[in-house]
Amino acid sequence: MDTNYNPYSLSGKTILITGASSGIGKATAIECSRMGAQLIITGRNEERLQQTFDSLAGEGHQQIAVDISNADGVLRLVDGVSAVDCLFNNAGVSTTKPIGFIAENEIERLFDTNVKAPILLTNMMVKKKKINKGGSVVFTSSIGRYVVTPGNNLYAATKGALSAFMKGAAVELASKKIRCNAVLPGMIETPIMTGKGSISEEQWELNKQRYPLKRFGTPEEVAWLVIYLFSDASQFITGSEFVIDGGRSLSI
Amino acid sequence: MKTLEEFVALFAEQFDETDASEFAPETDFRELDEWSSLIGLSIIAMVDEEFGIALKGNDFRQATTISDLYEIIKSKQ
Repeated sequence: MDTNYNPYSLSGKTILITGASSGIGKATAIECSRMGAQLIITGRNEERLQQTFDSLAGEGHQQIAVDISNADGVLRLVDGVSAVDCLFNNAGVSTTKPIGFIAENEIERLFDTNVKAPILLTNMMVKKKKINKGGSVVFTSSIGRYVVTPGNNLYAATKGALSAFMKGAAVELASKKIRCNAVLPGMIETPIMTGKGSISEEQWELNKQRYPLKRFGTPEEVAWLVIYLFSDASQFITGSEFVIDGGRSLSI
Repeated sequence: MKTLEEFVALFAEQFDETDASEFAPETDFRELDEWSSLIGLSIIAMVDEEFGIALKGNDFRQATTISDLYEIIKSKQ
Protein backbone atom coordinates (compact mmCIF):
# COMPACT_ATOMS: atom_id res chain seq x y z
CA MET A 1 0.00 0.00 0.00
CA ASP A 2 1.21 3.49 -0.89
CA THR A 3 0.65 5.48 2.29
CA ASN A 4 1.21 8.75 0.43
CA TYR A 5 -1.65 8.07 -1.98
CA ASN A 6 -4.22 10.81 -1.49
CA PRO A 7 -6.15 12.21 -4.47
CA TYR A 8 -7.93 14.58 -2.08
CA SER A 9 -4.77 16.34 -0.96
CA LEU A 10 -4.54 20.13 -1.12
CA SER A 11 -0.81 20.10 -0.63
CA GLY A 12 0.87 22.83 -2.71
CA LYS A 13 -2.41 24.61 -3.49
CA THR A 14 -3.03 28.29 -2.70
CA ILE A 15 -6.61 29.02 -1.69
CA LEU A 16 -8.45 32.35 -1.34
CA ILE A 17 -11.50 32.28 0.95
CA THR A 18 -14.01 35.12 1.46
CA GLY A 19 -16.17 35.31 4.57
CA ALA A 20 -13.43 33.53 6.52
CA SER A 21 -14.06 35.25 9.85
CA SER A 22 -16.89 32.91 10.82
CA GLY A 23 -19.05 29.92 9.99
CA ILE A 24 -18.46 27.89 6.85
CA GLY A 25 -15.62 30.15 5.64
CA LYS A 26 -13.73 29.85 8.91
CA ALA A 27 -14.13 26.08 9.11
CA THR A 28 -13.10 25.68 5.46
CA ALA A 29 -9.98 27.79 5.96
CA ILE A 30 -8.93 25.73 8.97
CA GLU A 31 -9.69 22.37 7.35
CA CYS A 32 -7.89 23.36 4.11
CA SER A 33 -4.82 24.37 6.11
CA ARG A 34 -4.89 20.98 7.82
CA MET A 35 -4.96 19.39 4.35
CA GLY A 36 -1.71 21.17 3.44
CA ALA A 37 -2.95 24.26 1.57
CA GLN A 38 -1.60 27.81 1.74
CA LEU A 39 -4.46 30.12 2.71
CA ILE A 40 -5.35 33.70 1.93
CA ILE A 41 -8.29 34.56 4.13
CA THR A 42 -10.47 37.62 3.97
CA GLY A 43 -13.40 39.06 5.93
CA ARG A 44 -14.76 42.38 7.15
CA ASN A 45 -14.12 41.94 10.85
CA GLU A 46 -10.42 42.29 11.63
CA GLU A 47 -10.61 40.82 15.09
CA ARG A 48 -12.54 37.71 14.09
CA LEU A 49 -10.41 37.27 10.97
CA GLN A 50 -7.35 37.25 13.24
CA GLN A 51 -8.97 34.47 15.30
CA THR A 52 -9.38 32.36 12.16
CA PHE A 53 -5.81 33.18 11.14
CA ASP A 54 -4.49 32.07 14.52
CA SER A 55 -6.32 28.75 14.11
CA LEU A 56 -4.71 27.86 10.77
CA ALA A 57 -2.32 24.91 10.69
CA GLY A 58 1.11 25.37 9.09
CA GLU A 59 2.98 28.49 8.05
CA GLY A 60 2.94 31.17 5.37
CA HIS A 61 -0.74 32.06 5.32
CA GLN A 62 -2.03 35.55 4.56
CA GLN A 63 -4.98 37.59 5.83
CA ILE A 64 -6.58 40.67 4.29
CA ALA A 65 -9.38 42.45 6.18
CA VAL A 66 -11.58 44.11 3.57
CA ASP A 67 -15.25 44.74 2.80
CA ILE A 68 -15.89 43.25 -0.64
CA SER A 69 -19.49 44.45 -0.92
CA ASN A 70 -18.19 47.29 -3.13
CA ALA A 71 -15.90 47.29 -6.17
CA ASP A 72 -13.11 49.23 -4.41
CA GLY A 73 -12.86 46.57 -1.73
CA VAL A 74 -12.79 43.79 -4.31
CA LEU A 75 -10.02 45.54 -6.25
CA ARG A 76 -8.01 46.02 -3.06
CA LEU A 77 -8.30 42.31 -2.35
CA VAL A 78 -7.35 41.25 -5.88
CA ASP A 79 -4.33 43.59 -5.87
CA GLY A 80 -3.25 42.18 -2.51
CA VAL A 81 -3.11 38.53 -3.56
CA SER A 82 -0.84 36.44 -5.73
CA ALA A 83 -2.25 33.91 -8.22
CA VAL A 84 -4.31 31.19 -6.51
CA ASP A 85 -5.33 27.65 -7.38
CA CYS A 86 -8.67 27.78 -5.62
CA LEU A 87 -11.19 30.49 -4.82
CA PHE A 88 -14.03 30.08 -2.33
CA ASN A 89 -16.70 32.74 -2.92
CA ASN A 90 -18.36 32.20 0.40
CA ALA A 91 -19.12 35.54 2.12
CA GLY A 92 -22.85 35.98 2.56
CA VAL A 93 -25.55 37.74 4.55
CA SER A 94 -29.15 36.79 5.18
CA THR A 95 -32.44 38.26 6.31
CA THR A 96 -35.91 37.01 7.14
CA LYS A 97 -38.55 39.35 5.74
CA PRO A 98 -41.98 38.32 4.46
CA ILE A 99 -43.14 39.93 1.22
CA GLY A 100 -44.63 43.30 2.08
CA PHE A 101 -41.70 44.21 4.34
CA ILE A 102 -38.78 44.15 1.93
CA ALA A 103 -36.97 47.52 1.97
CA GLU A 104 -34.88 48.68 -0.98
CA ASN A 105 -31.72 49.00 1.13
CA GLU A 106 -32.18 45.42 2.31
CA ILE A 107 -32.30 44.22 -1.31
CA GLU A 108 -29.08 46.15 -1.97
CA ARG A 109 -27.39 44.82 1.16
CA LEU A 110 -28.12 41.19 0.27
CA PHE A 111 -27.37 41.44 -3.43
CA ASP A 112 -24.16 43.46 -2.89
CA THR A 113 -22.60 40.80 -0.67
CA ASN A 114 -24.20 37.60 -1.97
CA VAL A 115 -24.19 38.31 -5.72
CA LYS A 116 -22.23 41.41 -6.73
CA ALA A 117 -19.13 40.61 -4.65
CA PRO A 118 -18.58 37.04 -5.91
CA ILE A 119 -19.26 38.10 -9.52
CA LEU A 120 -16.84 41.04 -9.29
CA LEU A 121 -14.19 39.02 -7.49
CA THR A 122 -14.32 36.12 -9.96
CA ASN A 123 -14.32 38.63 -12.82
CA MET A 124 -11.29 40.56 -11.56
CA MET A 125 -9.32 37.45 -10.60
CA VAL A 126 -9.79 36.12 -14.14
CA LYS A 127 -9.04 39.46 -15.78
CA LYS A 128 -5.79 39.80 -13.81
CA LYS A 129 -4.96 36.15 -14.51
CA LYS A 130 -4.84 35.34 -10.82
CA ILE A 131 -6.56 31.95 -11.03
CA ASN A 132 -4.10 29.29 -12.14
CA LYS A 133 -4.81 26.83 -14.93
CA GLY A 134 -6.42 23.74 -13.44
CA GLY A 135 -7.95 25.91 -10.72
CA SER A 136 -11.23 25.44 -8.89
CA VAL A 137 -13.79 28.07 -7.92
CA VAL A 138 -16.49 27.16 -5.40
CA PHE A 139 -19.52 29.28 -4.51
CA THR A 140 -21.64 29.01 -1.36
CA SER A 141 -25.20 28.86 -2.61
CA SER A 142 -28.04 27.38 -0.51
CA ILE A 143 -30.85 24.82 -0.66
CA GLY A 144 -32.96 27.97 -0.26
CA ARG A 145 -32.44 28.32 -3.99
CA TYR A 146 -34.82 25.35 -4.47
CA VAL A 147 -36.64 24.83 -1.18
CA VAL A 148 -38.10 28.12 -0.06
CA THR A 149 -39.48 28.75 3.40
CA PRO A 150 -41.55 31.82 4.43
CA GLY A 151 -39.49 34.97 4.84
CA ASN A 152 -36.58 33.54 2.88
CA ASN A 153 -37.57 34.98 -0.49
CA LEU A 154 -34.83 37.61 -0.82
CA TYR A 155 -32.02 35.35 0.40
CA ALA A 156 -33.27 32.63 -2.00
CA ALA A 157 -33.25 35.13 -4.88
CA THR A 158 -29.59 36.00 -4.24
CA LYS A 159 -28.59 32.34 -4.11
CA GLY A 160 -30.52 31.57 -7.31
CA ALA A 161 -28.65 34.39 -9.02
CA LEU A 162 -25.33 33.13 -7.65
CA SER A 163 -25.92 29.55 -8.83
CA ALA A 164 -26.89 30.82 -12.29
CA PHE A 165 -23.69 32.87 -12.48
CA MET A 166 -21.65 29.85 -11.37
CA LYS A 167 -22.98 27.82 -14.32
CA GLY A 168 -22.16 30.59 -16.78
CA ALA A 169 -18.68 30.89 -15.31
CA ALA A 170 -18.17 27.12 -15.57
CA VAL A 171 -18.86 27.25 -19.32
CA GLU A 172 -16.69 30.31 -19.97
CA LEU A 173 -13.74 29.32 -17.81
CA ALA A 174 -13.56 25.72 -19.04
CA SER A 175 -11.17 26.80 -21.81
CA LYS A 176 -8.77 28.00 -19.10
CA LYS A 177 -9.22 24.64 -17.33
CA ILE A 178 -10.79 26.44 -14.38
CA ARG A 179 -13.71 24.57 -12.82
CA CYS A 180 -16.68 26.22 -11.08
CA ASN A 181 -19.13 24.53 -8.72
CA ALA A 182 -21.50 25.43 -5.91
CA VAL A 183 -22.27 23.94 -2.53
CA LEU A 184 -25.90 24.22 -1.38
CA PRO A 185 -26.03 23.77 2.38
CA GLY A 186 -29.20 23.32 4.36
CA MET A 187 -29.28 24.70 7.88
CA ILE A 188 -25.76 24.77 9.29
CA GLU A 189 -25.00 25.78 12.86
CA THR A 190 -23.29 29.09 12.01
CA PRO A 191 -23.65 32.70 13.20
CA ILE A 192 -25.55 33.69 10.02
CA MET A 193 -28.31 31.25 11.00
CA THR A 194 -28.17 31.27 14.78
CA GLY A 195 -27.15 34.87 15.51
CA LYS A 196 -30.37 36.59 14.53
CA GLY A 197 -32.45 35.10 17.31
CA SER A 198 -35.57 35.82 15.30
CA ILE A 199 -36.85 32.31 15.80
CA SER A 200 -37.57 30.76 19.17
CA GLU A 201 -35.90 27.66 20.53
CA GLU A 202 -39.07 25.61 19.96
CA GLN A 203 -39.18 26.60 16.30
CA TRP A 204 -35.49 25.79 16.05
CA GLU A 205 -36.10 22.25 17.35
CA LEU A 206 -39.20 21.84 15.18
CA ASN A 207 -37.16 22.83 12.13
CA LYS A 208 -34.53 20.23 13.06
CA GLN A 209 -37.17 17.51 13.00
CA ARG A 210 -37.78 18.29 9.32
CA TYR A 211 -34.27 17.06 8.56
CA PRO A 212 -34.30 13.28 7.97
CA LEU A 213 -30.99 13.03 9.84
CA LYS A 214 -32.65 14.97 12.72
CA ARG A 215 -29.96 17.57 13.08
CA PHE A 216 -28.43 20.57 11.35
CA GLY A 217 -25.03 20.36 9.68
CA THR A 218 -21.71 21.59 11.01
CA PRO A 219 -19.45 24.05 9.17
CA GLU A 220 -16.74 21.35 8.98
CA GLU A 221 -19.07 19.02 7.09
CA VAL A 222 -19.49 21.70 4.40
CA ALA A 223 -15.73 22.33 4.46
CA TRP A 224 -15.04 18.67 3.62
CA LEU A 225 -17.28 18.93 0.54
CA VAL A 226 -15.48 22.11 -0.54
CA ILE A 227 -12.12 20.35 -0.05
CA TYR A 228 -13.27 17.63 -2.43
CA LEU A 229 -14.23 20.25 -5.03
CA PHE A 230 -10.84 21.98 -4.60
CA SER A 231 -8.87 18.75 -4.88
CA ASP A 232 -7.78 17.07 -8.09
CA ALA A 233 -10.12 14.19 -7.21
CA SER A 234 -12.98 16.29 -8.61
CA GLN A 235 -11.23 17.34 -11.80
CA PHE A 236 -14.03 16.13 -14.10
CA ILE A 237 -16.69 18.09 -12.18
CA THR A 238 -17.69 21.57 -13.30
CA GLY A 239 -20.94 23.55 -13.33
CA SER A 240 -22.52 21.33 -10.68
CA GLU A 241 -24.50 22.11 -7.56
CA PHE A 242 -23.97 19.95 -4.49
CA VAL A 243 -26.78 19.78 -1.95
CA ILE A 244 -25.55 19.12 1.59
CA ASP A 245 -28.59 19.16 3.84
CA GLY A 246 -29.05 15.91 5.74
CA GLY A 247 -31.88 15.06 3.35
CA ARG A 248 -33.95 18.18 4.11
CA SER A 249 -34.82 18.94 0.49
CA LEU A 250 -36.12 15.42 -0.20
CA SER A 251 -39.62 16.12 1.11
CA ILE A 252 -41.82 19.13 1.82
CA MET B 1 -45.00 55.83 20.16
CA LYS B 2 -48.16 54.37 18.70
CA THR B 3 -51.06 53.68 21.07
CA LEU B 4 -52.22 50.20 22.00
CA GLU B 5 -55.30 50.67 19.79
CA GLU B 6 -53.11 51.57 16.83
CA PHE B 7 -50.92 48.55 17.53
CA VAL B 8 -53.96 46.25 17.59
CA ALA B 9 -55.00 47.65 14.19
CA LEU B 10 -51.49 47.10 12.76
CA PHE B 11 -51.51 43.58 14.21
CA ALA B 12 -54.89 42.87 12.56
CA GLU B 13 -53.59 44.14 9.21
CA GLN B 14 -51.22 41.16 8.97
CA PHE B 15 -54.20 38.80 8.71
CA ASP B 16 -56.22 38.24 5.53
CA GLU B 17 -59.20 36.13 6.63
CA THR B 18 -59.78 37.10 10.24
CA ASP B 19 -62.17 40.04 10.63
CA ALA B 20 -60.68 43.13 12.29
CA SER B 21 -63.49 42.98 14.90
CA GLU B 22 -61.93 39.79 16.31
CA PHE B 23 -58.83 41.67 17.46
CA ALA B 24 -58.66 43.28 20.89
CA PRO B 25 -55.80 43.94 23.32
CA GLU B 26 -56.70 40.77 25.25
CA THR B 27 -56.89 38.53 22.15
CA ASP B 28 -54.81 35.37 22.51
CA PHE B 29 -53.44 35.56 18.99
CA ARG B 30 -52.12 32.01 18.76
CA GLU B 31 -55.69 30.76 19.21
CA LEU B 32 -56.81 32.44 15.99
CA ASP B 33 -57.44 29.92 13.17
CA GLU B 34 -55.41 31.95 10.72
CA TRP B 35 -52.33 32.23 12.96
CA SER B 36 -49.21 30.80 11.25
CA SER B 37 -45.45 31.10 11.36
CA LEU B 38 -45.61 33.37 8.29
CA ILE B 39 -47.93 35.75 10.12
CA GLY B 40 -45.52 35.59 13.07
CA LEU B 41 -42.72 36.70 10.74
CA SER B 42 -44.93 39.47 9.40
CA ILE B 43 -45.61 40.72 12.93
CA ILE B 44 -41.86 40.79 13.65
CA ALA B 45 -41.23 42.68 10.38
CA MET B 46 -44.11 45.10 11.11
CA VAL B 47 -42.72 45.86 14.58
CA ASP B 48 -39.29 46.49 13.03
CA GLU B 49 -40.80 48.84 10.43
CA GLU B 50 -43.20 50.73 12.72
CA PHE B 51 -41.21 50.84 15.97
CA GLY B 52 -37.62 50.25 14.84
CA ILE B 53 -37.34 47.29 17.21
CA ALA B 54 -36.01 43.86 16.23
CA LEU B 55 -38.08 41.41 18.28
CA LYS B 56 -36.35 38.16 19.16
CA GLY B 57 -38.12 34.81 18.95
CA ASN B 58 -37.90 34.53 22.70
CA ASP B 59 -39.55 37.96 23.22
CA PHE B 60 -42.37 36.75 21.09
CA ARG B 61 -42.76 33.56 23.08
CA GLN B 62 -43.32 35.53 26.29
CA ALA B 63 -46.44 37.17 24.85
CA THR B 64 -49.85 35.52 24.97
CA THR B 65 -52.05 38.48 24.06
CA ILE B 66 -51.60 41.40 21.69
CA SER B 67 -51.35 43.67 24.68
CA ASP B 68 -48.50 41.54 26.13
CA LEU B 69 -46.59 42.06 22.92
CA TYR B 70 -47.27 45.80 23.03
CA GLU B 71 -45.84 45.96 26.56
CA ILE B 72 -42.69 44.11 25.43
CA ILE B 73 -42.23 46.61 22.59
CA LYS B 74 -42.78 49.50 25.00
CA SER B 75 -40.15 48.13 27.38
CA LYS B 76 -37.63 48.11 24.51
CA GLN B 77 -38.29 51.68 23.38
